[in-house]
Amino acid sequence: MAKRIENKHPLAIRWLHWINFPMLLMMIWSGLLIYWANAVYGFRIFGYELLHFFPPWFYETLNIPFRLAEGLQLHFFFMWLFAVNGVIYVIYLAVSGEWRSILPVPASFKRAAFVALKDLHFVKTLPPQGKYNDAQRIAYTAVILMGAGSVITGLAIYKPLQLGWLTALLGGYEWARWEHFWLMILFVLFFVVHVVQVAVAGWSNFRSMVTGREVVDENAAVSIQPEPIP
Amino acid sequence: MSECEEKILVEKVRELEKVRKIVDRENTAEVLGEARRLSEPLSDEEARKRMAAYSRRGFLAGGAAALLGVFGWRWMPDDTKYRLLRGTLEFDEKVSRAFYRPSRLAPEFSASQISPPRVNGGIGLSEDLDPAIWKLNIGGLFGRTDDLVITLDDLKALPRTEMTTELKCIEGWSIVVHWAGARFSDLAAKFLPATKSGREPDLVSRPDDLLPYVSLSTPDESYFVGWDIESILHPQTLLAYEMNGAPLTAAHGAPLRLVSPAKYGIKQIKRIGRIEFTGERPRDYWAEQGYDWYAGH
Repeated sequence: MAKRIENKHPLAIRWLHWINFPMLLMMIWSGLLIYWANAVYGFRIFGYELLHFFPPWFYETLNIPFRLAEGLQLHFFFMWLFAVNGVIYVIYLAVSGEWRSILPVPASFKRAAFVALKDLHFVKTLPPQGKYNDAQRIAYTAVILMGAGSVITGLAIYKPLQLGWLTALLGGYEWARWEHFWLMILFVLFFVVHVVQVAVAGWSNFRSMVTGREVVDENAAVSIQPEPIP
Repeated sequence: MSECEEKILVEKVRELEKVRKIVDRENTAEVLGEARRLSEPLSDEEARKRMAAYSRRGFLAGGAAALLGVFGWRWMPDDTKYRLLRGTLEFDEKVSRAFYRPSRLAPEFSASQISPPRVNGGIGLSEDLDPAIWKLNIGGLFGRTDDLVITLDDLKALPRTEMTTELKCIEGWSIVVHWAGARFSDLAAKFLPATKSGREPDLVSRPDDLLPYVSLSTPDESYFVGWDIESILHPQTLLAYEMNGAPLTAAHGAPLRLVSPAKYGIKQIKRIGRIEFTGERPRDYWAEQGYDWYAGH
């Protein structure tokens, strides 16, 4: 059966995606060095703390204690790279039209539920999709919003006087720090699910984020008009 | 084909189109007009060959970039890395100072929101101090080269200012405290600081002529902080002598400490012994331990 090569991920998206990975990693790592100095958050249900962030073994294993100054230095360095990379990514999505592959529509939420059922092996067929399914669209759009949220809550903690209006909007200094922390937890959850899904999807899909290309069947994607590759 | 048959056929096509349309509208990619970029049909062999070439290029470039990033960072000499990070803190400071406006005020809280006090940091407080013989030395004043020495009563003669603000520790916690004291700007208005030009200072209309820094230290000089002039002249920067309605205790910096929502607690020096207006960036205890010199909000 004949094949086609799909030009799936533009060069800019691939670089921005892969640069973001170590930047996010460094933001989370330096954030942990900072958080250790006032580690007050936990996961509570009915007033009972099920999980404290973080248990002592976690800090000891990763050698986190007493590195607050280093954490702040790293955080206030990588914040620029993380934010600038993210802003370029959003501008690129907007200008190139790639947003059409990533944005969900209202009906996406129902279809995303079917994707989840398929992933859990309750149903056999996936809803029709383009480059990404509707669950992916929601996740990839959410992660952009999370990035924006991290920058905004971060600014509110960083300059609570000069950006006092922003800090107030987020519920005050203490709440802004809490929000900043939980966005980090969401990033980690996103990362875990993302890596598992990539592993499940297989080599060809992973390789497409490096080469940009993926081999598809000749008659794949009949519902979407193919644009010839120049 | 008869005309009738033709009509039926067209009808069928329309119907199919309609059904197809409904199917297509079920696809988010269709709704948003996503385009796919596909090559011409290729044989299996040709597709495999092309992908191999793309893979070589992609993984080589990506791998090289990853190695450069990881080993570049790991093998960067410690002093180069320190200069890079310290330089970034100083760049961040420039950005912060460019956006700084003294008119922006930190929120004030009600009396019921005052937190239990928290003692943190006793550097410079180890020697016993008799508040009765304590005096404040002020250097770098206009028209004199020696220090002016004033008492707590001189300071209390300045307008009394009270505020209930959030004290933010660089460790990440914050507490609400009620303070009473003299605005630092009121002190500077009474005891005029030296200027760059040598002319008499005008805090309001010619702030750029003021010396850009203030150095503060404990009487034993073991704790010392540096402030930029605009932050220390902020209307909410106080030389406080009362905390939560009572005179400062020794652990909180009696008889006089600096408080301000404009900077972290590390800058809010307790038990001030000397204040100096200066043109040179002052030494700062925690900046020398790797923290941001500016540490400003």
